[in-house]
Amino acid sequence: MPSTLTHLERLEAESIHIMREVVAEADRPVMLYSIGKDSAVMLHLAKKAFHPAPPPFPLLHVDTTWKFKAMYELREKSARDAGMELLVHRNPEAEAKGINPFDHGPLHTDMWKTEGLKQALDHYGFDAAFGGARRDEEKSRAKERIFSFRTASHGWDPKNQRPELWNLYNARIRKGESIRVFPLSNWTELDIWQYIMAEGIEIVPLYFSAPRPTYELDGGLFMADDIDRLESVLGYRPEITERSIRFRTLGCFPLTGAVESEAATLADVVQEMLLTTTSERQGRVIDRDGGDASMEKKKQEGYF
Amino acid sequence: MPADPTFRTDALIAEDIDAYLSAHQAKTMLRFITCGSVDDGKSTLIGRLLYDSRMIFEDQLSALESDSKRVGTQGQEIDFALLVDGLAAEREQGITIDVAYRFFATEKRKFIVADCPGHEQYTRNMVTGASTADLAVILVDARKGVLVQTRRHSFLCHQLGIRNLVLAVNKMDLVGFDQATYDAIVADYAAFAESIGIERFTAIPISGFKGDNITARSDNTPWYDGPPLIEHLENVEVNAANDAEKPFRMPVQWVNRPNLDFRGFAGLIASGTVKPGDAVRVLPSGRTSTVKSVVAFGGDLAQAQAGQSVTLTLDDEIDCSRGNVIAAADAPPEVSDQFEATLVWLDDEALLPGRGYWLKLASQTVTATVAEPKYEINVNTLEHLAAKTLNLNAIGVAEITTDKPIVFEAYADNRSLGGFILIDKLTNRTVGAGMLHFSLRRAQNVHWQATSVTREDHAALKNQKPLVLWFTGLSGSGKSTIADAVEKRLNLMNRHTFLLDGDNVRHGLNKDLGFTGADRIENIRRIGEVAKLMADAGLIVLTAFISPFRAERQMVRDMLPEGEFVEIFVDTPLEVAEARDVKGLYKKARAGQLKNFTGIDSPYEAPENPDIVVNTVEMSADDAAEAIIRKLLPLR
Repeated sequence: MPSTLTHLERLEAESIHIMREVVAEADRPVMLYSIGKDSAVMLHLAKKAFHPAPPPFPLLHVDTTWKFKAMYELREKSARDAGMELLVHRNPEAEAKGINPFDHGPLHTDMWKTEGLKQALDHYGFDAAFGGARRDEEKSRAKERIFSFRTASHGWDPKNQRPELWNLYNARIRKGESIRVFPLSNWTELDIWQYIMAEGIEIVPLYFSAPRPTYELDGGLFMADDIDRLESVLGYRPEITERSIRFRTLGCFPLTGAVESEAATLADVVQEMLLTTTSERQGRVIDRDGGDASMEKKKQEGYF
Repeated sequence: MPADPTFRTDALIAEDIDAYLSAHQAKTMLRFITCGSVDDGKSTLIGRLLYDSRMIFEDQLSALESDSKRVGTQGQEIDFALLVDGLAAEREQGITIDVAYRFFATEKRKFIVADCPGHEQYTRNMVTGASTADLAVILVDARKGVLVQTRRHSFLCHQLGIRNLVLAVNKMDLVGFDQATYDAIVADYAAFAESIGIERFTAIPISGFKGDNITARSDNTPWYDGPPLIEHLENVEVNAANDAEKPFRMPVQWVNRPNLDFRGFAGLIASGTVKPGDAVRVLPSGRTSTVKSVVAFGGDLAQAQAGQSVTLTLDDEIDCSRGNVIAAADAPPEVSDQFEATLVWLDDEALLPGRGYWLKLASQTVTATVAEPKYEINVNTLEHLAAKTLNLNAIGVAEITTDKPIVFEAYADNRSLGGFILIDKLTNRTVGAGMLHFSLRRAQNVHWQATSVTREDHAALKNQKPLVLWFTGLSGSGKSTIADAVEKRLNLMNRHTFLLDGDNVRHGLNKDLGFTGADRIENIRRIGEVAKLMADAGLIVLTAFISPFRAERQMVRDMLPEGEFVEIFVDTPLEVAEARDVKGLYKKARAGQLKNFTGIDSPYEAPENPDIVVNTVEMSADDAAEAIIRKLLPLR
């Protein structure tokens, strides 16, 4: 006898349906892979969607060179395990200019991530790119479509989005235009964690608490993932203290705030998340620069 | 913040996280929309639900408090609406202009809320939000009662097939929680609901702002004995469960062929259940087979049901590809190419009856044309109005014809196989959404008569490849003259030809048509059909029509086999054509005596990738004809 599907079953079925639509309708899809927990879930769903075939598209990591070492390690392993091609793009201009989060502020995100992403999409001619963004993350995301249309210059026009009815997605584009697709749109942070637990998905160990070298800067707590590089950019060696920390979200190590925590298992992490009183993105600096409409503005410029 | 057991048992989370999590793996999900007119308090209600369910964190709350003081509309109190009015443009204008999706959960259910705007011009957003909803919360301001917008939103929700309606009579605090006020509104709404066929609804008196009857029964309404809003949302039956009881249908999205030994059909099950050994029928071909396995990542499944994404393998090697539907062999859905449907128009550019649009229904994409609407529905009065077209936000009923038969069910029986979108072929915008009612009888009764002499036989006898040489260009560009010269040459080359000329056809076949956009489209459609019949007979057809719209030229191209449509652009600038003015028409048009004249007050859309271009400024008609013949020679 059929029973009512659970929320995770419904979410999984929806995400898989979305991915298959893209593969059926796009000429050259790609999956943006940022190595975080959302990317891990998205990759796992892709494996399920196309089993027994490997997912029929490559993974693309838009690198800033400032990610945590543990992220780079998992990146290689995940691609290998999934039997997928891994493309890594670093903006050559940002590399040449030595763009870093300390000296260049918002330019760091703009050049490495926004410009880097546009370059990579143009270079490979991808017409559809999966991203792991969720609508519960941020206000402007809450209004974004699952299939989000971008102009040939990668712009997003929030007032001119295609209506999205039922589960019928319009993937038609002209040459040069592209679609960003968000299969996790309807997942929440708790759903992600529950699914990781239920499916036994491998994630970067930094999500779990362990004693790690930390330093404080501008009131935030950070991990000294590469102390020598940090020193060369800061001009001094920050004072290092070992603390038991973990991360709720992962990005560039100098921009990603750590939280002091004893949560060393998945259950502990979920427990901490449920009882916590601050939002996930608070540890990230990206939303607050530029005021209220910061993320919306970035998206119009082509950021994911 | 007080811990409300409806939402979260913090004690259990703290003491036994494993027990908490295992209980929560089995939550169900409900998608609902909130609608109401401006200022009925939708955003406030959703903000309240997020706040009470503790989906708002301290950092967001402190941002909210400062925002409330800066731009809020509730004085020094927290303005919950600011939580959900996401886009910068909206925050400035203080209105919600697009559908926003919000998430919260209780101990029993996860909820996805589509926050739908109340403004009249944004009907399309409401329809979007309603399309995926299991339930609708219709908000009414207790001080104002049932308004025009209340009726419109209820009507649209009903059209979109939402069978669970909640009438939330909001702002009860502002009418002193007066029962008589509430009862009068409910009675008023009940009368309206019955008139449009809404069988039942649940009414709840609430205050989104103060929190009455949201999570717990309010002391302010002792006369109300129903459940609070959240309790109702937690316990209402989800539509999806019913879908599993219906006959099996799965639209095929993608064929999985990793190697020669495996051929799986991937799709989302639209209704019913499936297990190995089930007899199935692949539509539209009608071939039957048996399900071999239900393939999944962690191992094959014993059974799958509506709402799951699966991959099926079959016992027989039968033709099955994207767009086909695998269905229960003994209860297959219908196949047809003519329908009646309710249409909602979503684009600034109005519906053009007769124009070919892409129609996407489940995983099927075909070309569809919409006839002039039978009527438009005034969503405020629900009157049926005569209509020639549908403008943005209009809803109406029309007949639809597709170029290929599609597998479908009535929308009322199956959303997945009855709901469709229309896409403009040139702009790629999603311009319409529709709900199929039924197949038209004439489609059921008119069958293709199989003939013994095929189009290949006709062509072989004439020893030529049939072609349609489609000349397009402004009036006076030289289309007819050049087409005539080309036909003369082909005739001398022993080719069997026929020239269809614009003016001549309008004297006969199309003499009932004028020059409006819709008539121009019908003109081209008929000529396309005639040209196709002649090409089927093996002829080389030449047509000389202004044919100003790209979409219609594309429509004719789509009617013919690949490579048989040759678009010839007679490229003459307007100034040159107007200076020639062979028939004196430009003069008349300029004087306002001739309406809808291409180039003057009606647009000409030049071909983007014509097969052949001739420039009549630089070359004579004979030279142009010669150039065309040279280009055609490689085609035999």
